[in-house]
Amino acid sequence: MTVPRHEKLLSYAVLGVFCVLVIYPVLSILLLAFHQRSDLVTGFSIPDSLDFSTFKAAWEEGGFNRGLLNSFIVASTVTVVTAVLSTLAGYAFGAMRFRGSDALFYLLLLGLIFPYEATVIPLYYVFRDVGLTDSLWALILPQIGLSVPFGTFWMRAFFRSTPSSLVEASRLDGASSFVTLWRVLLPQAWPAITTMLVLVFMWTWNEFLLALVMIQSDDLRTAPLGLALFAGANRGSLDITLVAAAAVLVALPVMIVYVFLQRSFIRGMFAGAVKE
Amino acid sequence: MAQVETSRAPIAAPGERAQVRVRAPGEPRRVAYLYLAPAFFFYLLFAFGPLVYTTWLSFFDWDGLTVGTWIGLDNYEEVLSDPDIRASFVHSFVLIFFYAVVPVVFGLLLASLIAHSRVRGVTFYRAVLFLPQTIATVVVAIAWTWIYAPDGPLNEALDAVGLDSVSRGWLGDFTWALPALGLVGTWVMFGLCLVLFLAGIQKIPQSLYEAARVDGAGRVREFFAVTLPGLRGELAVALTLTTILALRTFDLIYVATLGGPGTSTTVPSVLVYQNAFSNSRVGLAASIAVVLTALIFVVAFAITRLVDRDPAR
Repeated sequence: MTVPRHEKLLSYAVLGVFCVLVIYPVLSILLLAFHQRSDLVTGFSIPDSLDFSTFKAAWEEGGFNRGLLNSFIVASTVTVVTAVLSTLAGYAFGAMRFRGSDALFYLLLLGLIFPYEATVIPLYYVFRDVGLTDSLWALILPQIGLSVPFGTFWMRAFFRSTPSSLVEASRLDGASSFVTLWRVLLPQAWPAITTMLVLVFMWTWNEFLLALVMIQSDDLRTAPLGLALFAGANRGSLDITLVAAAAVLVALPVMIVYVFLQRSFIRGMFAGAVKE
Repeated sequence: MAQVETSRAPIAAPGERAQVRVRAPGEPRRVAYLYLAPAFFFYLLFAFGPLVYTTWLSFFDWDGLTVGTWIGLDNYEEVLSDPDIRASFVHSFVLIFFYAVVPVVFGLLLASLIAHSRVRGVTFYRAVLFLPQTIATVVVAIAWTWIYAPDGPLNEALDAVGLDSVSRGWLGDFTWALPALGLVGTWVMFGLCLVLFLAGIQKIPQSLYEAARVDGAGRVREFFAVTLPGLRGELAVALTLTTILALRTFDLIYVATLGGPGTSTTVPSVLVYQNAFSNSRVGLAASIAVVLTALIFVVAFAITRLVDRDPAR
């Protein structure tokens, strides 16, 4: 079937228009960040030169070196722990039979849907009583708890997709279940695990509500929390260029990962929505 | 998603009993519980447990400091009768329109328009259209606050084409603030829906389209007879994902408007936050959270039921 020429052109035009619509807000904040307050920017404006001074000012005034470090500590801890726990649990769900596996799996699946709004109130008051609020633990522990459902769901799907003969053969050789996982299955699991790592890292990096509730000290702020408070503090003085530079700093790490691993991102995002 | 779907297809060897559902290999094993234990420890203690605890708290009148009083369903009565709380749920439904309905409808139309043109560089377009999904909502909120600002790009563009009378501080306007925030949701969700539908259309057998054409079906009939039924699964995923995210909206509102001007953009999650952590009405906050969560569950299950993904199952 040949496609009429005008239809093809129309398709490119449509895609092009929507790409511009997607890029424009991102680009406008980036351009804004290369301006300075004295430029009195209004509307869409391209800076005269590549000037990083606004970034430097935002970095220093907003304390973003600390915020980015905190975010990195939280996100990488959550990601690594979630990956280990989810691989183990996904292995059990995907490659073993045991009583109550369906019930347990559905219990875990609920965690794919409910939001932090549903858990943050008791978490705050219990953590306050045991002295955990205003610490990075108050961010790490709940985020592991709410990331494990997706991770397990994802790894279960992977273990189901591997041929069962592999597991059977390994068992006939007398390998224990752990050796089977470690030697036979894990070497093939890296693409699936990478996708999981990337997504959990992104979700944890971008999380805002939990940090807003749990963190009071300036030096424990995560990057998005620091950014939101920084934007609030600059609302009166209207130094939008400084806020824009800070926003770019916060978005940059995930953007860089996205550029390199976009296939993983997209595949995983869709799977995250699939429920049985 | 494609990967998950294919992985679940049963591969029945000759002579083997064909099973609709793939069974995990191996005999029943107790050791499985050991592998599950750490994950369930964290999930139950820090996610599911707190959810149950929230429900418990919703039956109390509690200020977060002193001893709470059991008041039964009074908090829920307030959720149903308080005009501000009810308005916040109405706002949520407005957001669902912008987050879910608009992107899905436009995504479907555009996907069916361009699906068979075999455009090149699909990977590039997909990556760009998907970009908003990866940006922290706090950053998205800041970018759009600037676009909607009184001296921002939107008003400048309106002035440039002589529509000065229309331009305004969009997020400070009682009528326009909520739709303006909704359009941000459309911006975030549209690419996801389009990418999802484009991938789905590729999987519809070409022969179905040829058959439809032989029957003399036009583009419109073809859309309703072939494309739409073929995209049921993708439709369910897109609707579920976008609707849940619309109901969950917090970051965007908190950063862009804090629920204002007045209460014109409050949503349930903002009320949960304010009541639990500023107004010392923890029980009421918990009950709003429970209603919100129940709504999310209902929506998720209803959509999955309505658009049954796999008629064979």
